[in-house]
Amino acid sequence: MAKVITQSGFTGKEIAQPATTFSLFTRPTAKTGLVSWLTTVDHKKIGMLYGGFAILFFLIGGIEALMIRTQLMVPNNHFVSAQLYSELFTMHGTTMIFLAVMPLNAAFFNLLIPIQVGARDVAFPRLNSFSLWVWVVGAILLNVGWISHFVPSWNFGGAPDIGWFGYAPLTSKAFTPDLSTDFWVLGIQVLGVSSIVASLNFIVTIINLRAPGLTMMRLPVFTWMALVTSFLLVLALPAIAIALIMVMFDRNFGTNFFEVSGGGQPILWQHLFWVFGHPEVYILILPPMGYVSEILPTFARKPLFGYPIVVFSGVAIGFIGFGVWSHHMFTTGLGTVATAAFALATMAIAVPTGVKVFNWIGTLWGGRIVTRVPMMFALGFIWMFMMGGLSGIMHSAAPADAQQQDSYFVIAHFHYVLIGGATFALLAAIHFWFPKFFGRMVPEFWGKVSFWVIFAGFNATFFPMHFLGLNGMPRRTWTYDSNMGWNEGNLFATCGAYLLGLGMFTYFAVLVWSYFKGEKCGNDPWDARTLEWSIPSPPPEHNFAAIPTVHARDAWWYEKTHKEEIAQEKAAHIKAEESHGGIHMPDQSWYPLFAAAGLLVGAYNFAQLHYPVTMFGQQVLASHLPLAITGLGLMVAACYLWALEGPGGYHLHIDAEGKVTESRGDHH
Amino acid sequence: MSSPAANGHLDHHHDHTTSTGIPNKKLLWWAFLASDCMFFGALISSHLVYRLNPPPGNAVPTQVFNIELTSFSTFILLMSSLLMALAVNAIQKGNVKSTRTMLLGTIFFGCIFLGGQVFEFTHFVADKHMTLSNSIFGSTFYTLTGTHGTHVAIGVLLLGMMYVRTFKPTHGGSLGRNFLHLLAFAAAAGVAFLFFVPGLLEVIEGESLRAMLSHDAKPLLLGAIACAALVWFARTSNPAVEFGEKNAIDVEAIGLYWHFVDIVWIIIFTAVYLLEYL
Repeated sequence: MAKVITQSGFTGKEIAQPATTFSLFTRPTAKTGLVSWLTTVDHKKIGMLYGGFAILFFLIGGIEALMIRTQLMVPNNHFVSAQLYSELFTMHGTTMIFLAVMPLNAAFFNLLIPIQVGARDVAFPRLNSFSLWVWVVGAILLNVGWISHFVPSWNFGGAPDIGWFGYAPLTSKAFTPDLSTDFWVLGIQVLGVSSIVASLNFIVTIINLRAPGLTMMRLPVFTWMALVTSFLLVLALPAIAIALIMVMFDRNFGTNFFEVSGGGQPILWQHLFWVFGHPEVYILILPPMGYVSEILPTFARKPLFGYPIVVFSGVAIGFIGFGVWSHHMFTTGLGTVATAAFALATMAIAVPTGVKVFNWIGTLWGGRIVTRVPMMFALGFIWMFMMGGLSGIMHSAAPADAQQQDSYFVIAHFHYVLIGGATFALLAAIHFWFPKFFGRMVPEFWGKVSFWVIFAGFNATFFPMHFLGLNGMPRRTWTYDSNMGWNEGNLFATCGAYLLGLGMFTYFAVLVWSYFKGEKCGNDPWDARTLEWSIPSPPPEHNFAAIPTVHARDAWWYEKTHKEEIAQEKAAHIKAEESHGGIHMPDQSWYPLFAAAGLLVGAYNFAQLHYPVTMFGQQVLASHLPLAITGLGLMVAACYLWALEGPGGYHLHIDAEGKVTESRGDHH
Repeated sequence: MSSPAANGHLDHHHDHTTSTGIPNKKLLWWAFLASDCMFFGALISSHLVYRLNPPPGNAVPTQVFNIELTSFSTFILLMSSLLMALAVNAIQKGNVKSTRTMLLGTIFFGCIFLGGQVFEFTHFVADKHMTLSNSIFGSTFYTLTGTHGTHVAIGVLLLGMMYVRTFKPTHGGSLGRNFLHLLAFAAAAGVAFLFFVPGLLEVIEGESLRAMLSHDAKPLLLGAIACAALVWFARTSNPAVEFGEKNAIDVEAIGLYWHFVDIVWIIIFTAVYLLEYL
């Protein structure tokens, strides 16, 4: 690696290796290869890893969904057993929410936020790496139970089978005595830690790392929605953390939080779960609203209509989102006052959502609409999300909800919001930002083919479910009798699901093809408006040669129309930065990965605390406690070494021809 | 990054490198504390919900509590916040030595509080027969106050790590020594709140000093050795250290956490203990 001081203005006294005094491991410096990915602190690499893992789990969750639909295709089917069916719908929901949509959003937070605010990385790069690896730990814990189906000696009792909501008392030892529920509890807990840590990082990044001139009311709408989402995560996840701790204590230490015989009340779980669970719905949908708010203006060739209103509606949604949780519990007998209050709040939250829809329509109105693939998905989002929203309003009427509760009508509703809404927007976003991060375009024709197949397949799958639900078909049912009048609807939905699967396969296959063979593109293939399009595709490690000064809401649009002014400003910024020692970059680190590995060892063993440890059929330890403590110790040790190691860092210097050199020595 | 020896020249209330002027670490901790508010909010409200809907045979709080002891340890925890504030003040003036003293003071007061909790839990289980599992009051009480105690213990660990870190020399030094130093700290703090403070409280409650020294002899000996090691490490360390005024934000960040845990205790003490005596 080149360590050259090229500029006379460099303030470092001597050239040195990364400080090794207080680190157990030499600080990694690899820029390519496995080590560079494992130890990366670069927000773009972390975003790619989040995205890659999320797409993997999106496909796994999709396969689970297709197995569910195959089982329901015809009445009295025995494609899968009832037990496996429970595992499938539990893991389908858990996977799609926690391991597909949330990390895909996290991927875009990582990829876009630092660039959109004009920064070189997030505020705490090593913490960001820690969030990623902790997320991987959670994903492993949730899915480890599948091994039991293939290797019976790993007796975890299969995958979790308690529904993604894990209602008490189904989670008590009496009903799920095996380990699957313990792994579910710890898996969700660990994912929560990952989300909270990541959100804290993004909150600080957005509030504190904005480029000069970038006021809060000039932030791109996506970044605004990411900020609101981060606050929702930070404030909502503690509720489920407490609920999960209670279940863990009930199962392992004999408490009675949800044990009716000991004075516990299972309804408390529902309250704590939905105090988290309803904000979670907005955690899933607010970032997609952000993508769409970026994509629509780009392809309508107009600025976003009513920017402040869009931002404030997003904040209002986040705020009211904490006051509507009991609409998931209308049939539990809350009492008339509580039911009426939550029904009204639920109707109220539809207002800011509707306002956003009108703003998007206002953006399209009078625009010169270019129907490229991202725009098709974004338009599909508005339409499909609105349909999901309309059936959502129907649920807010408590008497009507009593008829729809736990029926396929609810399934239809939230799949319209989560596929027609969140997923359509994510597919739009992947297509839109793919050229930025891979430097290649996705072919337009195959993109449109995948859009239409997905659109048709999605509606064919979920539209009939409205009727199935109103005709009384219950959720989570393993099979049904042929005389219920549900045969045609289910067959149609299953055929639609295969079509949807085909569409998704096409979409991702085209992405893989484009990664290798797609047409190369420049900085700004869509003629867009925000700062990420001002830098090369794919972006360099340091994002910006010069930190931009933001003069307008559509910062890059302003730069494109004021080229001379911006060129002078940038030259001045580069000179000033070089005189301060060059572009400061954070050093990579092993410790976030090691801390997460310690957490994996700790949590994996803590889940099976009371079981003896056996090796080759011989009992080695009476319980898993020593191993769990070892894992915790490893994590604490890694965190301490992390603190001792310090942020480190090196400097980049860009010469007149744009050649980048590195130097070390100015030790912080 | 000017020389850390330049005392009193840093602006500790404004960071000109950030958009808002608030240091990144401070903003991170504030946001985390917001999250922790919800965490304790969920725990406290669960406790109150079950307290207001008691099943038959629930424990009677006023018959279990030792309110004098808890009031005393509450006072100690509040005073630890004063020492924490003095530690922040000292490091903002670049006075590393005074910072160490104040950190140790905070840690010691934290250990007294934790020791009080250990004593309290032991007696609730042994004498009042209230366990984690035999009544819903026990379940919510131990979970809530235990979670708070865990927060204090994590605070003690963070302060200890900070204390040991102040000895990291500018040049040279070994990781092994640093780890042993931390280990000595962990042993001393662990013995202090698990054995020493609860033992002293037993003595105050009427046990003879001799009996206390004899049945906790081994851990107390370990604690004494650990304390001696701490003194030795402090005496023999290289006086030229990296830690200085520029680290004021690190101390202040842990201080925020420490004060927050104190404030939460005021709420818990009021809601869980004092309200029972109305």
